[in-house]
Amino acid sequence: MQFGIFSVGDVTEDPTTGRTVSEAERIELMTKIALKSEEVGLDVFATGEHHNPPFVVSSPTTHLAYIAAKTEKLLLSTSTTLITTNDPVKIAEDYAFLQHLSGGRVDLMMGRGNTGPVYPWFGKDIRDGIKLAVENYHLLRKLWREPQVNWQGQFRTPLQGYTSTPAPLDGTPPFVWHGSIRSSEIAEQAAYYGDGFFHNHIFWNKEHTEAMVKLYRRRFEHYGHGAADQAIVGLGGQVFMASSEAEAKRVFRPYFDNAPVYGHGPSLEDFSEMTPLTVGTPEQVIERTLGFADYVGDYQRQLFLVDHAGLPESLVLEQVEMLGTEVVPVLRKEFERRRPAHVPSDPPTHASLVAAGPDAPHHLVEPARARAEELAKA
Amino acid sequence: MTRNIVVVTAGLTVPSSTRLLADQIAEATSAQVTARGESVDVEFVELREVASELATFMTTGGIPTPRITRLREQVAAADGLVAVTPVFNAAYSGLFKMFFDALDPDGLTGTPVLIAATAGTARHSLVLDHAMRPLFAYLRAVVVPTGVFAATEDFGSHGLSDRITRAASELAAAVLSQGDYGVGGFAPDLAARPRRTSGTQVESDVTPFGDLLRGHSGTD
Repeated sequence: MQFGIFSVGDVTEDPTTGRTVSEAERIELMTKIALKSEEVGLDVFATGEHHNPPFVVSSPTTHLAYIAAKTEKLLLSTSTTLITTNDPVKIAEDYAFLQHLSGGRVDLMMGRGNTGPVYPWFGKDIRDGIKLAVENYHLLRKLWREPQVNWQGQFRTPLQGYTSTPAPLDGTPPFVWHGSIRSSEIAEQAAYYGDGFFHNHIFWNKEHTEAMVKLYRRRFEHYGHGAADQAIVGLGGQVFMASSEAEAKRVFRPYFDNAPVYGHGPSLEDFSEMTPLTVGTPEQVIERTLGFADYVGDYQRQLFLVDHAGLPESLVLEQVEMLGTEVVPVLRKEFERRRPAHVPSDPPTHASLVAAGPDAPHHLVEPARARAEELAKA
Repeated sequence: MTRNIVVVTAGLTVPSSTRLLADQIAEATSAQVTARGESVDVEFVELREVASELATFMTTGGIPTPRITRLREQVAAADGLVAVTPVFNAAYSGLFKMFFDALDPDGLTGTPVLIAATAGTARHSLVLDHAMRPLFAYLRAVVVPTGVFAATEDFGSHGLSDRITRAASELAAAVLSQGDYGVGGFAPDLAARPRRTSGTQVESDVTPFGDLLRGHSGTD
């Protein structure tokens, strides 16, 4: 099972000091988080993508390439890549290039984005969000799998005889996740292609997360990729730890109370009940996190959010350290203990996809096409 | 079949004249339904009791508390709705609006609604038609023609109970005629019926991906 950090890259004032870090400092902190993650034995670092203040994360592959150059094993991912407003041709090129630079240590997570005006800034309409995600991702799959692409879609200029360069490393496209909080169409999309499904989890109640994952698992099996419990699931989580619960709450509370998204709303205690947020000791975080598998099933990737709401570098890096040294070693052991033998422990990696060979379903644009046509006839 | 009517009331005090009006309308509506030989259950939703949970829902981008989820489902499942608000600054109260903002946009589609309001003066009476009626029209609810407005002085007049009876009669008729889409010899067009949803569940009848991909696979 893979564990790691995901960041949204917000620049937010530290409510305890009134100081706001510069963009340079924020980018540097994200880099330090990634390097620390590798140092303490975490597996994944995923960066968000936004094109508006207060975020700095407009150029994920630039940042991930820099991190790749300074790490050996860390898997680089996204949370999320905007499949709606980015040109899929540029995504195909950028992430294939990153595969080559990083020795295949790349996967990515598709998302639609959450800021309305970003769509018109990039010439798109938010009301087309789902259609954009469907069409653009389909084109991306072709660009990574067909040597010459002819394409006529609804949203971008047609392609005739187009070859995406560089081709994916070892002719093997990166593994892809699809992230969605509420849209059943995106769970269906992930299931259709046999891709991973990631639920952000931190901004919703567990009953909802459970229902979304269940839908994805059921449809994954429907399309013939394996049994429902073998589908590739990732979850987000949000934690803040200290040696005692009281101390963790004391330190984290001002950041919680003033946080973007939910600050000035529910209390820390209420929010901890409504969502998977855990503020307490490493033991409490372990117990809560292990409980996630009780409602989504045995899963393959757990990412934690630790660096938002203006938390300063020292606290953030301490959280990464505690996750790596105290929490994740126990989680690895316990999650494997409960996992049935037929349920994969890890999501597909570059190595496993290369090992599966060029005839594996991963190399088809639509691995489930024949099965879907059969089902439609029946 | 027992019909189910939900009465949403946004009074802030206890006792409240808004609740008093809601009680009278609920009673009159029950009487009008039973007079037509049908039975009815009436459930009250006091918005004051969920004020802080509505604020939580709004400030978290829509994370529901269990009670908000239940209310969304209760309203979407109702055969009819009575909505009563005090008038604040020439419109419905903020609490009243916040509740309807927390519903799924299709949570009241096609639902018969009786609108009512209370105020200290009759000069606010156009709130029914200038604020409440457009809100429910936007939500594609079916607002009955008679609205009930009660200024403080109306609680001592005969006119109020006459208006309540007329509005209740209209609501009862609308509630009982729901689903009666068939005209002699023609089957009702079920696909054309308005679709109502509480928005609290992940849809299990997901659109098959082949349909989502149609026209977007780059080849057709």
